[in-house]
Amino acid sequence: MLVKKHTPREPKLRNFGVAFLVGGLIGLLAEVISMILKNCFAFSTVEAGLIVALIVIGVASLFTALGFFDSWVSKCKCGLIIPTTGFAHSVSSSALEYKRDGLITGLGSNFFKLAGSVILYGIISAFLLVIVRLVIGG
Amino acid sequence: MASFKFKNVYLNDYYTVVGPLEKNSHLRRLDLVMDDYYIGEKTFEQAEVKMQQLVIDNLIGKNNLAISDIDLLVGGDLTNQIAISNYSAKNYNIPFLGLYSACATFAESLIVASCMIDSGKIKKAISITSSHNLTAERQFRYPVEYGAPKPHTATFTTTGAVSTLLSKNYSKIRLESATIGVPVDLGVNDANNMGAAMAPAAASTIATHLAALKRDANYYDLILTGDLGCVGSEILKDYLETVYNMKLKKHLDAGCELYLDSQPTYAGGSGPACLPIVLFNKILLNKKYKKILIVATGALHSPTTVNQRGTIPSIAHAVSLEVE
Repeated sequence: MLVKKHTPREPKLRNFGVAFLVGGLIGLLAEVISMILKNCFAFSTVEAGLIVALIVIGVASLFTALGFFDSWVSKCKCGLIIPTTGFAHSVSSSALEYKRDGLITGLGSNFFKLAGSVILYGIISAFLLVIVRLVIGG
Repeated sequence: MASFKFKNVYLNDYYTVVGPLEKNSHLRRLDLVMDDYYIGEKTFEQAEVKMQQLVIDNLIGKNNLAISDIDLLVGGDLTNQIAISNYSAKNYNIPFLGLYSACATFAESLIVASCMIDSGKIKKAISITSSHNLTAERQFRYPVEYGAPKPHTATFTTTGAVSTLLSKNYSKIRLESATIGVPVDLGVNDANNMGAAMAPAAASTIATHLAALKRDANYYDLILTGDLGCVGSEILKDYLETVYNMKLKKHLDAGCELYLDSQPTYAGGSGPACLPIVLFNKILLNKKYKKILIVATGALHSPTTVNQRGTIPSIAHAVSLEVE
């Protein structure tokens, strides 16, 4: 069809590469922070993991609020969205978007506009996996 | 098919305001420029209302008119219930007709106003159109700060507002004829490729216009389509050639002409303000264009219909301008 002929091809391989590198870098950074927490502050692995997640979420939300996370996302593709950073970003960008529409009708009801599906399907798939584990693992 | 000539309608004057990104684009003449997307207001919606008021106030002031001289205010924008136009129109004691044809609203407002002026029902009309990148993003896509990655077929909604003054009084721009388009839907359902959805509508209106008025494409010095973008323009040319056996040589697309390559606007500009801004601030400055056919194109979808996997119907309205 005509449309297909004239549609420019997306540089998918490049996008994958960028996303892979950026996502990997965030993971690496988080791992480094986790190591520091474990070795210098004597946190347990579980505690360190929690604190790292909090830091990453906090930083991502802060960057969204300061207004430059969105241009990073456009450049870095999904590398920034797939880690927890993306979840934090989707919530804080929705919050910013609807804050003028009132606390209940705006911010409240739209807070999880983008993240809602992640939460819902996250819970459902966790539930299903638990059942699978119960059946197989006993 | 509705193609008709106007006897005596002139575009007396116009006034434009453009956003920060459009300031550094290919535009060669600017009336007013916004330094940011808020222009002193609290929300983007209030900012767009202010943009419309600025262009109406300045147009009336520039021509030494009083509010009571204007018989009709006609126009629209991209937001739900064309709220922006309603909220700016409420500030004037002028009879108001709100229109919606998405990005074809500019041509639609010219046609409505011109018909009423030509038939002698009213004397002076102001047409108003605006779009604001961030109100449109919010309306049709994701939250503004989300910045979701977009494909190269996507277009960038232009920030700007345009008002035009129409009457029977002689001026250098004459509205010569017009064609009201039919909605066309060839099954494109990708809201990130609106150029592809709108190209067949543009082709249909161009072909109808030329056939009804017994002209060929070379009659016009320029056929200026609204906001197909660089991808959509190529589809239009190809589609006209395959389906209507017509070669489009003197064609430009406002969306493709507006932004610099270095600006992150994907396939070019879109939005109701895109066509008039490029027409008034770039095309009309080029004296070689005497007969111009403007073909404003609009995608008539809503976020709900797209989410329900609906296809995107489109429309295009054409207005022929004669410039002295």
